[in-house]
Amino acid sequence: MDLSTRIGAVTLPNPVLSASGCGGTGRELAQFTDLARLGAFITCSVMLQPRAGRPTPRIAETPSGVLNAMGLPGPGVDAFLARELPWLSGQDVRVVVSVGGNTLGEFGEVARRLAESPQASAVAAVEVNVACPNAEDRGRMFAASPSAAAEVVRVVRGAIHRDTPVLTKLSPDVTDIATIALACADAGTTGLSLINTMSGLAIDPHTLRPALTGVSGGLSGPALRPVALRCVYQVHAALPEIPIVGGGGVATGRDALEFVVAGASAVSVGTTLLHDPSAPQRITRELEEALTAHGITRLADAVGLAHRATAALPPQIVRGPQEPIKELR
Amino acid sequence: MLTVRQVAAYHAMTLVAPAVAERFRPGQFLAVAVGGEHTSLLARRCFPIYEVKSDYGGTVEFVFEAGDPGGEWLAGRRSRDSLDVLGPLGRPFPLPRDPASCLLVGGAHGSSGLFSLADALRRRDCQVHFVLGAPRAHEVFGARSAQRIGESATVVTRDGSLGVAGTIPDVLPRVIEETSADVVYAAGPTALLGSVASVSAALGIPCQVSVGEWLADTAACGIGTCLSCVLPVIGDDGHTRMARACTEGPVLRGERVRWSDLGTIPLDALGGPRAPQTPLEPAP
Repeated sequence: MDLSTRIGAVTLPNPVLSASGCGGTGRELAQFTDLARLGAFITCSVMLQPRAGRPTPRIAETPSGVLNAMGLPGPGVDAFLARELPWLSGQDVRVVVSVGGNTLGEFGEVARRLAESPQASAVAAVEVNVACPNAEDRGRMFAASPSAAAEVVRVVRGAIHRDTPVLTKLSPDVTDIATIALACADAGTTGLSLINTMSGLAIDPHTLRPALTGVSGGLSGPALRPVALRCVYQVHAALPEIPIVGGGGVATGRDALEFVVAGASAVSVGTTLLHDPSAPQRITRELEEALTAHGITRLADAVGLAHRATAALPPQIVRGPQEPIKELR
Repeated sequence: MLTVRQVAAYHAMTLVAPAVAERFRPGQFLAVAVGGEHTSLLARRCFPIYEVKSDYGGTVEFVFEAGDPGGEWLAGRRSRDSLDVLGPLGRPFPLPRDPASCLLVGGAHGSSGLFSLADALRRRDCQVHFVLGAPRAHEVFGARSAQRIGESATVVTRDGSLGVAGTIPDVLPRVIEETSADVVYAAGPTALLGSVASVSAALGIPCQVSVGEWLADTAACGIGTCLSCVLPVIGDDGHTRMARACTEGPVLRGERVRWSDLGTIPLDALGGPRAPQTPLEPAP
C-alpha cells in the first residue's frame, strides 16, 4: 500500500496529520502517539507576541463536538523558535508551522522570523491561519474576504522559502468558500487546509448564560464533518490541481477516506486527539484497510474519486484480458 | 471495570488497571472517556484517584458525582464493561522529607483524593489529621475512614447534620493550632481551596491544594493539549502564567494560585494585556 502524498514539493509518508491547536507543543501528544509516524505535526498557531488567551471557560462540550474560544494562546514566535521548534526538530517528525496574526504586518513578521531562524530547515510546510480576527478591519476575520485572505497569503508566501509549501486554512463561515480558495490560489498558496472551526454558541444549563467567556466559539469535531466534506468537495471541484488537507471531525479511517475521495490529499485529526490522543495510528491503519477493501493500492488514486462518474470501483482492479493474451502466444 | 457502588451522595468505581495502579502517586488523576465507542461526548472527565490496590494485578478506584449525562453513563456501567481511561496524570502531592504533622482538608467528594495521601504520609511516620466538610451529612465523603486512620478528624457540615455546624474556614484556624500542623493539604471545591490557602498563608504554614473541582469543570483532554483548564499561577520568578490544572497541577502551592483572579486573565499575566516585558520564559 502506497500511502504517500504530495503537498507541493514535499512528500509525506502518510496522509494523517495532527491538526493545529490539538497536539499542544508535541510533547503532550508524544506520550500517546509516535510523532514520527504522523504524516506531519501541525503546531498551534504561532503569533508575534506571547498571548495568554481568553479567560476560562474556553471550551464547551456540544453534541458530537466541542466549542472553543481560546483566544489563540501561545508563547509568541520568539519563544516558539527558541524552545518548541528545536524540540520538534529533534523528534524525527515533519513539522507544519501554523502562523497567525492580528494584522497583515504581524503575519509577515512571524513568517519572516520563521524563515530567518536557524531552525527554518526543520519546517516542512507553513499553514496560514486566516481565521484570525483582523484588528485593522474591526475584528472581521481575514478568511471572510477573498482579498484580505489573498493579501495574507501573498505576505506569507513572500517571506517563506519558495520550496516550502504554504497551506492556507479557510473558514467555512463564508458565503462561497470556492471564491476564497480561488483568491488564495491566485495569491500563490501551495495548498489549502479545509476547514477551520465554524462559529457556534452554547448555553450553560445552570447559569443560563453563554457557556464560553468569548460568548461564541468555534465548533469542531464530528458534528462539523458534513460541512467540512462539502467544503472539500466544492473546492476540489473548482480547483482540482490544488492539494487539500481535509479535516473536520475525522475520527476513523473511514472518515479519512471520505475526505480523500471528496478531494483531500491528506487529512488532519483535531478534536479526536482531545478524546483519544493515540488515534492517528489507528486512523492510518484503518484508512489503509479501507483503501484495500476498495481494491485501491495507492492513496493518490483515491483522491477526488467521488467526483468521477463511476466512483465505486477504481479502474485498476479491472483485470479481464490478461489470460486470453497468453493463450494467443 | 470491576464494580460501581453508591457511596453517600456519590458513586465509586473500581477498575482493573494494573498500569495505572503501578505508577500511581497520591494526588494524580484519571481522564475517563464517557459514552462508549460511538459517543457524542468528546471531552474526557477528570477524577482524582481515591485508592489503588494490588488485587487482580492492580485496581484503581475513583469517586464521582453523576451530575451530567457523562456521569450518569458512568454510573450505569456494570462489571466486565470496559472503560477507556488515561492515567495516572498530573503532578502528585509533594511529601515532607521528615516526619511532620499534616492536616488534610477535604470538601465534599474532593476528599476522596486525600486518603491515598494519608497512607503515604503515615508510611513516612507523619501524623495525619483530617478536616472534612460538605453542606449536608450525606455529601461528606469518607468521614468514617478519616476517623479510623487519622490522629484526629473534624467533620463540618453547614446545617450541623454531621459533626460541627459551620464551614471549614470557620474551624480551620482552631484545628491548625490544636494539631500544630506543619503542612496543610487540601482538595475539593475551588472556593474552599482559596480560603484554605489564605488561612494557611496567614498562619505561615505551607499549603498544597489539588484543584479537582476546577479540573472537573474545565478540563477537556486531561493531558495538557487543549489548554482549557488554565488558571493564573505565580511562578518561581514572580511572574504569573496561565498554568494548566491538568499538567502543571492538579496539585499546586496554595499561595501561588491567584484565587481572586480565577476565571480571568490577570492584566499582568504573561501574554496578558499589561504583561511585563520579560526575556523568554524558561522551559517548563
